[in-house]
Amino acid sequence: MSDVLLEVSNLVVYHGQLCAVDDVSFSIEAGEIFAVIGANGAGKSTMLRSLAGLHSPKSGVVAFKGHDLAGQSPHKRVAAGLSLVPEGRRLFSSLTLEENLQVGAKGGRKGTFDLAKIYELFDWMPARRRQYAWQFSGGEQQAIALGRGLLSNPDLLMVDEISLGLAPIVIERIYALIPEIVAHGVSVLIIEQDVSQGVAVADHVLCLLEGRTSLRGRPEELSPEQIERAYFGVGAQHESDVAS
Amino acid sequence: MTWFNILIEGALVGGFYALFACGLSLMFGVMKIINLAHGDMAVVAAYIAVFLVPHLHISEVLSFIVVVPIFGLVGYVVQRTLIQKSIDRDPFTTLLVTFGLSVVIENLLLEGYSANGQTVNIGSAAYNSWHPGGIFYLSYVSLVVLATSVVVLGALQFFLSKTGLGRQIRAVADDQEAAELSGTNYRHIFGVAAAIAFATVALAGIAYGMMTQFSPSSGGINLLYAFEAVVVGGIGSLWGTLVGGVALGIAQEFGAHFGPQYQVLGGNILFLLVLAIRPQGLFGKKTALS
Amino acid sequence: MTKLDGVRVDVRRSTNSPALTLAGVGVLVALLTAAPWIFPQGFVSILVNFFVLLIMATMWNLLAGYAGMISIGQQAFVGLGGYGVLYFALKGMSPFAAVPVAVVVGGVIAIPITYLLFRLRGGYFAIATWVVADTAMIIIGTVNFLGGGTGKLVPGFTSLSPSELNHYAYLETWGMAFVVLLGTYLLLRSRMGLALAAIRDNEVAARSMGINVVRARRVIFIVAAAGCAGAGAVLTLSQTYVQPTNEFSLQWAAEMLFVSMIGGLGTIEGPILGCIIFFALQQTLSQQGAWYLVILGSVAMAIALWQPRGLWGAVRDRFGIELLPIGHWVGPLREPKALTETSEE
Repeated sequence: MSDVLLEVSNLVVYHGQLCAVDDVSFSIEAGEIFAVIGANGAGKSTMLRSLAGLHSPKSGVVAFKGHDLAGQSPHKRVAAGLSLVPEGRRLFSSLTLEENLQVGAKGGRKGTFDLAKIYELFDWMPARRRQYAWQFSGGEQQAIALGRGLLSNPDLLMVDEISLGLAPIVIERIYALIPEIVAHGVSVLIIEQDVSQGVAVADHVLCLLEGRTSLRGRPEELSPEQIERAYFGVGAQHESDVAS
Repeated sequence: MTWFNILIEGALVGGFYALFACGLSLMFGVMKIINLAHGDMAVVAAYIAVFLVPHLHISEVLSFIVVVPIFGLVGYVVQRTLIQKSIDRDPFTTLLVTFGLSVVIENLLLEGYSANGQTVNIGSAAYNSWHPGGIFYLSYVSLVVLATSVVVLGALQFFLSKTGLGRQIRAVADDQEAAELSGTNYRHIFGVAAAIAFATVALAGIAYGMMTQFSPSSGGINLLYAFEAVVVGGIGSLWGTLVGGVALGIAQEFGAHFGPQYQVLGGNILFLLVLAIRPQGLFGKKTALS
Repeated sequence: MTKLDGVRVDVRRSTNSPALTLAGVGVLVALLTAAPWIFPQGFVSILVNFFVLLIMATMWNLLAGYAGMISIGQQAFVGLGGYGVLYFALKGMSPFAAVPVAVVVGGVIAIPITYLLFRLRGGYFAIATWVVADTAMIIIGTVNFLGGGTGKLVPGFTSLSPSELNHYAYLETWGMAFVVLLGTYLLLRSRMGLALAAIRDNEVAARSMGINVVRARRVIFIVAAAGCAGAGAVLTLSQTYVQPTNEFSLQWAAEMLFVSMIGGLGTIEGPILGCIIFFALQQTLSQQGAWYLVILGSVAMAIALWQPRGLWGAVRDRFGIELLPIGHWVGPLREPKALTETSEE
């Protein structure tokens, strides 16, 4: 009986002349953790960027809380409760930790997440709040980027490649945060190249292969072989060419 | 003795150059564009101060109270319409359009007010100077303009570092897309940056009119100075622009020492030297370099 | 015919009817060469100025439309060309002979300048070109031998009657324009032209294909400098008096830029069309002082915003004509023997 937060229908997104997202449909309910997995170049990032408003889809409908998002610019989507933490952290290099967070707060809505709450969530931050992005490790930067996204008090937080470039122990710590975030009323969509992590934490999994949906379902209902096949596309139409 | 004179005169005019240039620097930092009509905006402000403000029964000295806010507004509107449309096409178009704007403005002024030199009338204050001793005569106007420049630059720096809007401006300058994703309306931010640029350059233009004669082509000359100040000081640094302005002023004074026709040359040579030896300028980041 | 992945592909020059174009061009060339004897002097004078601007616009187009460099300082070389003629004429050379020398001088001086200018790009590059022009103007203005700030009459014309002078001046100007246009046409049809188009479309891709982007740009800058020097040089033949503020005037920059924008960047016909419009405008507004620049500038801005390929670009898109073919058409040849799915478009 949860309401549907995000409803994506037949989404087609082009990256230049390449069809990066080919007829993808799924929906996310409130309180869910939704994982999008797939190999490099499968179209995951393009899809997320399109959902965030950075990239116009060629066709398809994206509805957030019942409203069609077509043509809405990114900052309006943030105001509506849909935020993206982009791939590569993308912290503001000439701003301090605190200023980075403040920009995130200013652009978003009021809610449970304010500066104090973020400092509570990440207790190492207050002491270093006047330091700059380059002075933090990859994992810390990811935390700051997460904090910045949370400060807009989204209903749905999308995170692109949450664990890219991070050490396993750091990834574990980041992933431990996700249920806590959800407990505060934020639904989460994550893109994850590391399948085991994604599947372990998610309520729902969507696997993309060359822009198309190759698998969809609840992790408990999917076997590892199914996932592996969907991820790599073995068994699909993929014979190597005779002439090359 | 002459060296000291050169330094003082250079510093005095340097502060003014920095005021002139900070808008150019800001627009480049935030929007990554050069507004080639930047200098002409200053001249338009000066013309308005001389010819239009008196109709409002305000003395020319106080004209900036009216002109500066109006220019800020005009800057916002011009940015959100004309310049944004150019940016949406490509940086090429922006250069061409702002150059076109510059030429159109200069020639409209030429048609309207002829090529005669004008000044902003500030009464006897124009001729008074401070005499601290010996052979030093520092004109009041120059001192006031320098003080104003430092105050305005300081206020701008404060605005950028301590206010929410200022942080958003810096964020957009760092990474426009990430700022958008953080909920910042980057077009609005562009507008604000343009508003600040137009307002400061209008102030600079009126100050210029108080210090010397101006004519329709003055905009171009001052764009040159503003640009040289920014490059010498370092693209992307506000205080660098101040240092650059002072360095430029000193270089020009040094040139003038050999004859009035060498004044601008002095500045040009400094600029070309910096380009040859240290292209990112004294305090600059390398964003404008190949 | 080229083989491409087993598909036979036809690569042709992009023109509908080369023979027609050649014939048309031939007639035009003959007409223009005979102009001093066919047309009244007033019109011939206009043609002289037309050719001067055409040379500059073609060069600016080469810089901006092909090499991606916006310059508002080409007047530096216009001035150097003019003063080059003056210098050699003062040393005893005939000004007519001095013209090609000035062209070479302009090109040579451009070489060290590229090393300075190429440290910048975009708007900063543009303004830096202007600083260079400004510097050149000031320096020349201090040289008394060349007339200093007030200028000097170019010697070497006194042996000619006015009509002879006009004729020779016209012929050399037309000759320069013809050489410049032909040279540009051949350049753009050559490998260099292909490299430039690649650089313009996607610099990173061009670089990864082994094209030396910096060298290509440097070559173009030098060529454009030489061309503009040529324009300045032939200008002295008709004006006979050189003065720094005239030779190095920013007005040249404005005119060549506006004309190219209106006509359309990236084609040879564009600057020609732009110049025609410019002179038509100038003739109709000749008494209006600075208005023609206002109107020209406004039109140029409007075109940049709403019709970025310029007027010729619009004509070309609409009607599919290309008078001076510098592009290529690539198409499949009847039945392609495809082994794999061809990706089209």
